[in-house]
Amino acid sequence: MTGTGIGAPVRRKEDQRFITGQGRYTDDLARPGQTHAAFVRSPHAHARIRSIDTSAASAMPGVVAILTGDDLAADKIGGLICGWMIHSKDGTPMKAGPHPALAQGKVRYVGDHVAVVIAETFAQARDAAERVEVDYEPLAAVVDTAKAKGAGAVVHDEAPDNLVYEWHLGEKDATEAAFARAAHVTRLDITNNRLIPNPIETRAAIGEYDAGTGGYTLWTTSQNPHVARLVLSAFIGIAPEHQLRVIAPDVGGGFGSKIFIYAEETVCVWAAKKVGRPVKWTSDRTEAFLADAHGRDHVTHAELAVDENAKIIGLRVHTTANLGAYLSTFSSSVPTYLYAPLLSGQYDIPAIYAEVDGVYTNTAPVDAYRGAGRPEATYVVERLVEVTARQLGMDPAKFRKKNYIKRFPHQTPVIMNYDVGDYAASLEKAMEIADVKGFGKRKRESAKRGKLRGLGYSSYIEACGIAPSQAVGSLGAGVGLWESAEVRVNPTGSIEVLTGSHSHGQGHETTFAQLVSDRLGVSIDTVNIVHGDTDKVQFGMGTYGSRSGAVGMSAITKAIDKVIAKGKKVAAYALEASEGDIEFADGRFKVAGTDRSLAFGEVALQAYVAHKFSGQDLEPGLKEGAFYDPTNFTFPAGVHICEVEIDPDTGITKIERFTAVDDFGVVINPMIVEGQVHGGIAQGVGQALMEGAIYDESGQLVTASYQDYQMPRAGDLPSFQVGMTSTPCPSNPLGIKGCGEAGAIAAPPAVINAVTDAIGHEEIAMPATPQAVWRAVQRARPAMAAE
Amino acid sequence: MAIVSMTVNGKPVTADIDPRTLLVQFLREHLRLTGTHVGCDTSQCGACVVHMNGAAVKACTVLALQADGGDVVTIEGLANGAELHPMQAAFREHHGLQCGYCTPGMIMTAVDMANRLGPDLSEETIRSELEGNICRCTGYHNIVRAVESGARAMAGQPMREAAE
Amino acid sequence: MYAFDYHKPTSLRQAASMLAKAEDAKILAGGHTLLPTMKQRLAAPSSLIDLGALAELQGIERKGRSVVVGAMTTHAAVASSDVVREAIPGLAEMAEMIGDPAVRTRGTIGGSVANNDPAADYPAACLALAATITTNKRKIEADDFFRGMFDTALEEGEIITKVSFPVPAKAAYAKFRNPASRYALAGVFVAKRGSEIRVAVTGAGADGVFRWTAAEEALKTRFSAKSLAGMAADASMMNSDIHADAEYRAHLVGVMARRAVEAATTR
Repeated sequence: MTGTGIGAPVRRKEDQRFITGQGRYTDDLARPGQTHAAFVRSPHAHARIRSIDTSAASAMPGVVAILTGDDLAADKIGGLICGWMIHSKDGTPMKAGPHPALAQGKVRYVGDHVAVVIAETFAQARDAAERVEVDYEPLAAVVDTAKAKGAGAVVHDEAPDNLVYEWHLGEKDATEAAFARAAHVTRLDITNNRLIPNPIETRAAIGEYDAGTGGYTLWTTSQNPHVARLVLSAFIGIAPEHQLRVIAPDVGGGFGSKIFIYAEETVCVWAAKKVGRPVKWTSDRTEAFLADAHGRDHVTHAELAVDENAKIIGLRVHTTANLGAYLSTFSSSVPTYLYAPLLSGQYDIPAIYAEVDGVYTNTAPVDAYRGAGRPEATYVVERLVEVTARQLGMDPAKFRKKNYIKRFPHQTPVIMNYDVGDYAASLEKAMEIADVKGFGKRKRESAKRGKLRGLGYSSYIEACGIAPSQAVGSLGAGVGLWESAEVRVNPTGSIEVLTGSHSHGQGHETTFAQLVSDRLGVSIDTVNIVHGDTDKVQFGMGTYGSRSGAVGMSAITKAIDKVIAKGKKVAAYALEASEGDIEFADGRFKVAGTDRSLAFGEVALQAYVAHKFSGQDLEPGLKEGAFYDPTNFTFPAGVHICEVEIDPDTGITKIERFTAVDDFGVVINPMIVEGQVHGGIAQGVGQALMEGAIYDESGQLVTASYQDYQMPRAGDLPSFQVGMTSTPCPSNPLGIKGCGEAGAIAAPPAVINAVTDAIGHEEIAMPATPQAVWRAVQRARPAMAAE
Repeated sequence: MAIVSMTVNGKPVTADIDPRTLLVQFLREHLRLTGTHVGCDTSQCGACVVHMNGAAVKACTVLALQADGGDVVTIEGLANGAELHPMQAAFREHHGLQCGYCTPGMIMTAVDMANRLGPDLSEETIRSELEGNICRCTGYHNIVRAVESGARAMAGQPMREAAE
Repeated sequence: MYAFDYHKPTSLRQAASMLAKAEDAKILAGGHTLLPTMKQRLAAPSSLIDLGALAELQGIERKGRSVVVGAMTTHAAVASSDVVREAIPGLAEMAEMIGDPAVRTRGTIGGSVANNDPAADYPAACLALAATITTNKRKIEADDFFRGMFDTALEEGEIITKVSFPVPAKAAYAKFRNPASRYALAGVFVAKRGSEIRVAVTGAGADGVFRWTAAEEALKTRFSAKSLAGMAADASMMNSDIHADAEYRAHLVGVMARRAVEAATTR
């Protein structure tokens, strides 16, 4: 390890611009002659559009154009797509209704896009948007996840009972047999609350059309600009791929919500040609609440069967997953292939059967949000396991340990083949850091002050990387999930690395440079990471699913290996030695057994001047590309332990300690990895105690601002105790597993297991707000709650 | 339209603006100082915090005209040339930022906090003072470390290296 | 925001005359309620009259048995005022609990009192401390001033100039914050001056700030948290929303009242 190599807590290269206000986010850009877009949005959850009258609005000052769904249709612009085909149990394909970027005939959720007003200033666009007169015929709306199936209101005619699919995974007969012979069965009804992602940078887009070349450019807040370009070209039909450039500059957080191809971005790039000027749109926070894809929203009945020796023998679940009013880009896969294959958790469970109904409702589309399916699975498993241990009168840690998978590789009954892990090691380390031994004393001390203290575990596993492509293709994915990289060495030895993954806060400019520094023995200051621009990087799949390290950096590693191989050839000519005798170490190409060597930069120069070899023997230059397709998912895992203290008078839950021990395999930059864990935990704690999207019965979003949707603030959280264990991943060259989602996956059940431990019963749902906890405490001990 | 004049990062500026222009819009759109961000509509997230006449304010909830005649400092005006302000340096040293979007407001709030409360800030004080600044990436853990350390550095005390 | 005209008078007289002339004008104090409301297009005044230049509305002073706070005095100034901290520490503590530091830098007592938001803190302080609200036209006792949510005794063209708080023997504020907005979900200000005990509740009531007379009676026997043991407000008079239903709010009023009395008596 060098000072900036793999494993070093290198301070981030990108920070210089962010801490001085020099970051460049999409909304920071201003294109010459740009116009501003404001969207007319549906105030109804469900309505037929009788007519749209734009005449008054068109006469407003500054208005350049007003466009509706009819204009989209006239231009033959296609609808937004869902890129993962799910088949129901009976083999029928999922029922996807149309998803036009501007409504055609009907609106299906509050915030649905009806028209766009383009004006000289944003204020003028907003003013005029209010004057667009839409004649709606309101229809009955279906909002509730559990009641959507077969509700009177039908969101899409294509799915008359609001069922997108009835999917299943696992072995039904074997699972039923396991339950038939169970000594104990634990049954839980679980709601996984609907969340709104809320990156602090809202979405934004600038579309531009160059009449001279016929080319379009879209600047946008995207986690995966190439996928955006592919979808906008191949499916929506804005322009051929080579005539569309998508640039995602600095991106201010995403957490999944900036993966998807949305209506607003599509409209901006389409409208740019129609008005002949750049069109800019920046979401305000209210729009973000209404129209960003939401996350989670499951209603589940789950059961766990154990035998007389407290060994888990079966698990079955039925989940209804709310997909919202339209199928967003990857929505269909989240409650299916990103959910049910994780239901084995860290446990040896011989029989599992999962049924998932995906339903339409008159609410915002639901898609991947940090963890995507895996937090939902982990919550089911870890609540079941905790409650089972309690019902059996066993220590929850011992019950977990007894049922952990101990031999690898391990084939679960639900697709996954776990490659490596040491779950007990993480548990033991976490228990030590969390001082579980001292908990009893702390609980008594709390009781003396009239407070309730509880401790909860969560043993999570996640599947990252979401690959190999062949496997995900067989499961219905519309794209491959490999990654690309190109390593360009300049004549002076400095390096540009082009990657198809993108950063929206993860620090790729630093960690990717560390990899190059480590492998090539050069300073990270001579390495530049290039990403987020389809004109610079040929293709890539972007950043989500904790894939950038395990998949993206593996591609870079492959390209670096090729650079070294080529460098050896060049060095052999320059040093007049045979290629087989050239060794590369510590940034120097050396003739083995001699003191003759050239520095990396010297070889780069030789590659470009090409004075020492003939072009017939060796191509000049030093630039290599690689595509890397993993051979398996990666399986980060760990144990989180939460300790809470509840004030029974108010219901306020205070997180006293939060301990996370994670096995991410090889870690490139521990400082950044710990930061990812911290952020994930905060979002997980948010889900458990604070956050929840609430629609009223008519489909109005009640939690449409920070006045009503509680974001975790600094005062709501403690400092975290983070530890690591490591079993390197065998399926990629770096041994990386991925760390971006762990906290959000692990934290919710740890928190709720702690809260239920404190209150002494299981009757509480997420978010466990003060009011919910106060009521739960009252149910448990009315005398105490009344003081 | 109305004429507004103020000092921004030490330089006098004057412009003819629509009265409904917010200070944050004036900074971002008229002066192209895009380091000050907007993250919400309800004066809660703090991405827009700047200093006005020596105190932290939410630039999304101040009209540019209210700042007329005032002295405004934004994130772009914090460093002394190439030399980072100690709070900026502390945020980098302690990994107090990820996506960087809330960071300018966080740093401006942190500097104001240290100006008002001095170099010895407890974790509890810092967390309570960050009430009006929302970060979605960091879980605040490293922001707290950064503010602690930055406040000390502002008083001339050496910055502690982040714990590895 | 909708378009508006902006005026920045340099004297109270000028401000009053502008307010009288302009149709549908609004006073701009700290702006921390009005501007967010306008940004959401929920208010559309034709003109704003910014009181920011009126030095005569600034400042805090002790006048005999009262503390007098100018209408344009910010929450930060009240929170850090030596005069207030010495005479009515509970009032300084309350100001310190409003919003966040940047909000306290701009938000003013006059704006808060004039707006009478049902979840604002100042109305509870004014009511419990029996404050007198002075306008450019008259003096109004707090008991007569707050008339239900967002409703006050202020008439057209009337501008608050100062608020005068009689110094109590004991006073404190306890607040349960709305978890999302951090406004008061149940805020209780208690004050004892001579034999008079006043308990004012904000955030919880269905019709804005109110005096909890049952608690006042109970405290007359003995000014101690114990006197309120087991008491809750009348749930039928409480607000109810996604954060707290009426029963929970009624309960929290009791808890916060006990905590406020505890704080006032252990100072």
